[in-house]
Amino acid sequence: MPEMTLIEAVRETLRTEMRRDPDIFMMGEDIGPRGGVFLASEGFVEEFGEDRVMNSPLAESSIIGIALGAAVNGMRPVAEIQFADFVWPAINQLVGEAARVRYGTNGRKFAPLTVRVPYGGGVRGGLYHSQSIEVLFAHTPGLQVIAPATPWDARGLLRSAIRSNDPVVFLEHKRTYRLVRGEAPDHEYTEPIGKADIKRAGTDATLITYGLMLHYSLQAAEIVAQSDGIETEIVDLRTLRPIDAETILDSVSRTGRALIVQEDTGAVSVSSEVSAIIAAEGFFNLDAPVMRVTPPEIPPMPFSPLQEAEFMPSPEKIADAIRRLTEI
Amino acid sequence: MAKIPSDATEGSHLNLPDGLTAERLLDAYKTMCLSRALDIRIWTLNRQGKAAIAASAQGHEVAQVATVMATDPTRDHYLIYYRQLTAMLMLGTTPTEMLMQFLARDGEILSAARQFPLHGAHPRVDLFSFSNVVGTQLPQAVGVALADKMKNRDAVTVSFFGDGAASQGDCHEAMNFAGIHELPVVFLCENNRYAISVPLHQQMPVESIASRASAYGIPGVEVDGTDIVASYEAVKEAVDRARSGNGATLVELRVERLLPHTTDDDHTRYRSQEDIERMRDLDPLPITESLLKRHGILDDATDEEFKEWASQAVDDATDASEALPFPQIADMYTGVLEETMGGNSHA
Repeated sequence: MPEMTLIEAVRETLRTEMRRDPDIFMMGEDIGPRGGVFLASEGFVEEFGEDRVMNSPLAESSIIGIALGAAVNGMRPVAEIQFADFVWPAINQLVGEAARVRYGTNGRKFAPLTVRVPYGGGVRGGLYHSQSIEVLFAHTPGLQVIAPATPWDARGLLRSAIRSNDPVVFLEHKRTYRLVRGEAPDHEYTEPIGKADIKRAGTDATLITYGLMLHYSLQAAEIVAQSDGIETEIVDLRTLRPIDAETILDSVSRTGRALIVQEDTGAVSVSSEVSAIIAAEGFFNLDAPVMRVTPPEIPPMPFSPLQEAEFMPSPEKIADAIRRLTEI
Repeated sequence: MAKIPSDATEGSHLNLPDGLTAERLLDAYKTMCLSRALDIRIWTLNRQGKAAIAASAQGHEVAQVATVMATDPTRDHYLIYYRQLTAMLMLGTTPTEMLMQFLARDGEILSAARQFPLHGAHPRVDLFSFSNVVGTQLPQAVGVALADKMKNRDAVTVSFFGDGAASQGDCHEAMNFAGIHELPVVFLCENNRYAISVPLHQQMPVESIASRASAYGIPGVEVDGTDIVASYEAVKEAVDRARSGNGATLVELRVERLLPHTTDDDHTRYRSQEDIERMRDLDPLPITESLLKRHGILDDATDEEFKEWASQAVDDATDASEALPFPQIADMYTGVLEETMGGNSHA
């Protein structure tokens, strides 16, 4: 089985899907001859031509609005927002429009639209190249929000996203693009949207996370296993809407302890929702209060290196939290 | 940009452009009569507490019948906005189907009464409006046209919008992209000079919206939207241009909004008495009636017959739609996504 980086997994999936289905086309800033700023579409113009790998003007609202119009008229567009921080001008077309197309037309129209959004920090991106933007989308009925952490999941879930007949916001953590390598089969497999995955089995605590934080959490779990003999089970959400409550609750019922780790700020966030699910439906299985590791409540995130490092959750901070949780 | 006059002196033969016949004009006028009667009824139903909200099409009738006549409903796309009652009737929507939208009745055709009137998607022609947020339909229309171009379909997309929407960034982005890729779109602006209460001179520093077309490398034309022949001619030229692969056009039809923005508005708060008096002279219904009569296309008896027919059709539609129930509560949970039902606490 081939091993690849996460960006290679994204690129190979886009390539194979584009070959499979002529209705798929890509649209975004600099995705043409430049291949995208992260090279997700490197070499695509040569293979598919500029009509299917369309450079767009620097105008995010119309990238989504035009992709949406094409989607309801028989195409299967994959739009790229260059950095998550630039998605805000497109919010109306995504949250206000695309998410409501099926419901608002009583199913007569639907939008097979995938919006790829590189996001996340720890890349010296400062306030405008580091943001985590998942909450607004995860809050929106009618959208599906996917945040894979491994090449395997990126391939299987991007394939599912492109083939879905409803809009998907597909979040790719920038720091995982080249940092994370892993196996990803070449055959046309899919991973299901809305299913979490247990990335590490354990008996003492359940750690729920997604994206880059999965990798920091896996490191933290090894640290506490070696230092304290604590065995942490790690649930990788993979999909943020709909959230897989069943897998979370099942794991918590076995460990009795829950720690949620996210890079996004904590107030009114994915971790808030997971906490609420556990409180409402897993309360009687808990041996300790639900705990969270989230950054401070300041605009994510400072450009200067010491402050950026302090902002981000780290394997050490997560390991400390696991120890505190299991001491209760 | 040119104002195209089509009027002629009494008794003379009306010069009809290609595709426009006396029969089609008469049919369009009949639909205008129906639209006006229905529009008045909807306003009454609002005042009776039965229709929650309405935006009137009064004053826009000619612009809408002319536009529909210049297109081909069997293959073209219509991205409408909320003031498009006449266009919907012209495209074959029945008065009962229209009233079911305003009365939010079970079986409502566009959105199952989930949305405001004139929002959703039509079952018989490709007419839709996803949103109440003005201007969002413009990039969407460009995307629809892009898909047609990619699939080599012979279809034209008409994106209706008002002068208010012309201030949105989406309007600029849409026209820019359509210009770059020479897409088969007609940007159809019904300029009634008011964005709710904000007059044109507070919306833009230029005299016309059509004058912006040059910035997008597309033709722009400003036409008297009470002139049915001139409006048809301008839209037809734009549709032909789009269909022959020569790209988009911005057509600005100057109309008057004869009633306040919606049933919740009162335009005497911001329109002067002189302005209100003047606009009544620009009511497209008597203007068209007079035009057709002057040229022997319409006689008094037929006119009377049309108005009686419209009145009866509206009465019948009112009875039929009021007899229908509201949608069941259970129906609100379905169809959020293809694979799932809504209403799941975690979904």
